[in-house]
Amino acid sequence: MAKKLLLEKAHVEGIRYFDVYRREGGYQAVEKALKMAPNDVVEEVKKSGLRGRGGAGFATGLKWSFLAKPEGVPRYLVCNADESEPGTFKDRYLMEFIPHLLIEGLVVASYALGSNRTYIYIRGEYAWIVAILEQAIAEAKQNGFLGKNILGTGFDCEIYVQRGAGAYICGEETALIESLEGKRGNPRIKPPFPAIKGLWGCPTVVNNVETLAAVVPIMNLGGEEYAKIGVGRSTGTKLISACGNINKPGVYEIDMTISVEEFIYSDEYCGGIANGKRLKACIPGGSSVPILPANLLLKTAKGETRYMNYESLSDGGFATGSMMGSGGFIVLDEDQCVVRHTLTLARFYRHESCGQCSPCREGTGWMEKILQKIENGDGVKTDIDLLWDIQRKIEGNTICPLGDAAAWPVAAAIRHFRDEFEWHVNNRELCRKQNYGLAHYADEIHVPA
Amino acid sequence: MSEEVKKIKVTIDNISVEVPAGTTILQAARMIGGDVVPPAMCYYTKLEGSGGKCRTCLVEVSKGSEADPRPMPKLVASCRTGVMDGMEVKNITSPRVTDARNGVVEFLLLNHPLDCPVCDQAGECHLQDLGYEHGKAGTRYEFKRRTFDKHDLGPYIQLHMTRCILCYRCVFTADQLTEKRVHGVLSRGDHAEIATYIEKSLDNNFIGNVIDVCPVGALTDKTFRFKNRVWFTKPVTAHRECKCCSGKVTLWQRGEEVLRVTARKDQWGEVEEWICNECRFEKKKTSDWVIEGPAHVNRHSVISQGHYEKVVKPTETFKAVHDGRDPQLLMDIHSVSEVNDPNVDLSAIAGPATGEVFKLTKKSS
Amino acid sequence: MVKFTEDKMKEVQSMIDRYPEGKQKSALIPLLHLAQQEFGGWLSAETMDYVASLLSIEPIEVYEVATFYSMFNLQPVGKHVFEVCQTGPCMLNGSDQIIDYIKQRLNIGVGETTADGMFTLKTVECLGACGYAPMMQLGMHYREHLTKTKVDEIIEECRNKQ
Repeated sequence: MAKKLLLEKAHVEGIRYFDVYRREGGYQAVEKALKMAPNDVVEEVKKSGLRGRGGAGFATGLKWSFLAKPEGVPRYLVCNADESEPGTFKDRYLMEFIPHLLIEGLVVASYALGSNRTYIYIRGEYAWIVAILEQAIAEAKQNGFLGKNILGTGFDCEIYVQRGAGAYICGEETALIESLEGKRGNPRIKPPFPAIKGLWGCPTVVNNVETLAAVVPIMNLGGEEYAKIGVGRSTGTKLISACGNINKPGVYEIDMTISVEEFIYSDEYCGGIANGKRLKACIPGGSSVPILPANLLLKTAKGETRYMNYESLSDGGFATGSMMGSGGFIVLDEDQCVVRHTLTLARFYRHESCGQCSPCREGTGWMEKILQKIENGDGVKTDIDLLWDIQRKIEGNTICPLGDAAAWPVAAAIRHFRDEFEWHVNNRELCRKQNYGLAHYADEIHVPA
Repeated sequence: MSEEVKKIKVTIDNISVEVPAGTTILQAARMIGGDVVPPAMCYYTKLEGSGGKCRTCLVEVSKGSEADPRPMPKLVASCRTGVMDGMEVKNITSPRVTDARNGVVEFLLLNHPLDCPVCDQAGECHLQDLGYEHGKAGTRYEFKRRTFDKHDLGPYIQLHMTRCILCYRCVFTADQLTEKRVHGVLSRGDHAEIATYIEKSLDNNFIGNVIDVCPVGALTDKTFRFKNRVWFTKPVTAHRECKCCSGKVTLWQRGEEVLRVTARKDQWGEVEEWICNECRFEKKKTSDWVIEGPAHVNRHSVISQGHYEKVVKPTETFKAVHDGRDPQLLMDIHSVSEVNDPNVDLSAIAGPATGEVFKLTKKSS
Repeated sequence: MVKFTEDKMKEVQSMIDRYPEGKQKSALIPLLHLAQQEFGGWLSAETMDYVASLLSIEPIEVYEVATFYSMFNLQPVGKHVFEVCQTGPCMLNGSDQIIDYIKQRLNIGVGETTADGMFTLKTVECLGACGYAPMMQLGMHYREHLTKTKVDEIIEECRNKQ
């Protein structure tokens, strides 16, 4: 059994309530942190090597140290709970089962950053979780871990929960800030970055739910001890939300030393492919990261075992690797159609594009239409090249990363499954009735000596 | 004594210029002028917060600054990126930029109706220019183009949402020139459209300026609708005493008739001074205005056809431009052509004139 | 005429109090949620203008926001709205068949409301329940691991509620 830092107590009866959480050792991180100087807390997080768990994997301690601290200007911490990347449902699980862990992490982080008003921006659809969080906040306040003069240290902090209203783009930090200001979720043009000018023009840090929750074990263990868990620059534990065609979909906490193969096939985690089928492909880090065929997923292009951590999943770059991303692990079995799956993702990104900049506004819809055409059995061979060219012209040319997120799944699908696309355009009748199947996607790859 | 603004050096397409700190790459390029200036469809100097959206002005920063020479990994929007001392930028010298811009033009034209033959903006449309300079002849888009419900905005402004490229300039204009915010963008993604509540703001005296800032034919002057093609009209600068604006305008005339009134625009197509609705829509008589003279029209513009403003007669002789050669291209047609011999009286010839007749007549003369 | 009750007005005030002075516009999205819930499940122009007046902002600022977010209904909807997810992970687990089944059961297409005004069927993009697919949102809650039998039960449950 791998070490768990976040979800170890998640299934203790009544852990959602303050008394039980406290009895199980909760809020010790707050007690410890508030005795330290705020900058020392930041240093501790730096030492831990914690990387943002929202998708980009940026070093959290470093991000915190960028926060501007002009005299007389309030600073804000905003928790990004707008979990919307297809395949990702880990933050929901954490907030639903062990809400006090997030609140505790938020108090510590607010203290470290000097935020007296902290907001949790949660996706609007998670309506019932708002109630759970608000209950936890009220309890923490009653017990002196929130509100005025926390633990007699003179530090004041209020946490508010803000509901979004259905917009993936609000997971992008500047769009989130705009939304929190009561505006359309249009990402801002950077610079300035939120660390300088964020919420209401004040210095702001935006962190993912899991990132902030991880601050609790970092305080409890100490940054150095935390950094010993995991491997390389993938320190600590990571929540993986596994879904698709597997026997045991759900949220798992891993310590980033296990192999992808173990994660998929062991009974402790996904429990193998559902219905006795074979593995065809997988998107290991949320829908925007590149999809990999079975052979490249389990082994790198060099023929080495692939592990569930930042470095190993991205081994080979986009040519033969993928990304850890948000930890949304989507598994496709041998009967799934990659074209169809890519189409649903293209539709998703078209639906979620804010419409501000032209490559994303126009390009996402175009890609969806062409994919629909191919999937319908009306495609021609040049459509595949056209798709490739469109994604290439979106990538990197947009205001925010949604353009990249829309381009990458299409690019990777064509890169690794080109013959499946070609099969669609060469067998227009047949592709309406059946799928291409597993084909050669699980075959041993030849590793050049 | 005023504080001296620090000057910093930036190089764009191998041309260096010294600019005040805080200048954007686009502004620096405009200071150099010529071909190195990136096109801008959404940025507007006078509108705070504009820019960054259309992505036509993307450039490559091959050297970040003297202090940090690393290149920027992605292309950047030159209208919203400040220059750093020692920065090196590639615009037309970067194949990456050319390729990306090509893509942006294609995206902008993807759902654009291409109804230029019936569009009042044709001839002064920035998207036409952009397409001409950076686009491809054909389209790779084979699906139905996006359409929107038609909206009537009243007697002055004509809205064609299908032509809109969502530059947000009209939103910034309405926001910054009028006291109350009444205009915005509705919906999301490829269905986003500019709000039609703009009609409610028509009592505002400056709302007509949204016509001038619109880079395409989405917002046009209804009082000029289908009256004429802009290249058949003659632009003259004129002014009048106006209580609410500078009264400095361009009149677009046909003969003595004033077909349209617009604000004066600079070489980048940006309004020099905002004008009020009264000047724009109500003063359509030549007698309302003091005419200053013909307006300057960029000679690359289609509107310049027929306008011979500032035409200079060359001083060099034919011989000088031909390196001393003096080709006998000009000859006396009378001496070489028998038919054109002035001594021949054509009416004196009976019947169809043949070469023989000419020879005979010539001999006899 | 739309107007919050006195009780709801207290809720409105507590929402506004979450933000620093002068930043009351931030309460717009929470207020629109409340208004939609209180005034018939959708936002009419009248409702939006009312919300604008509560926050001392211009109506256009409300329209801009209300039309941006997919959870706000700008047209009347049925009493029960089935919002079925159709993105990748749900598709892999048969959301297409579930959508087809609901269409057939309720005899309506996507985006339509039954003649009796009871049900509206919407397809939505990823709601963050990928591990429990296929799923739909019904009111404030998620209904997960959908099967045809489960859909039947949900329809029955809704019918019995009235």
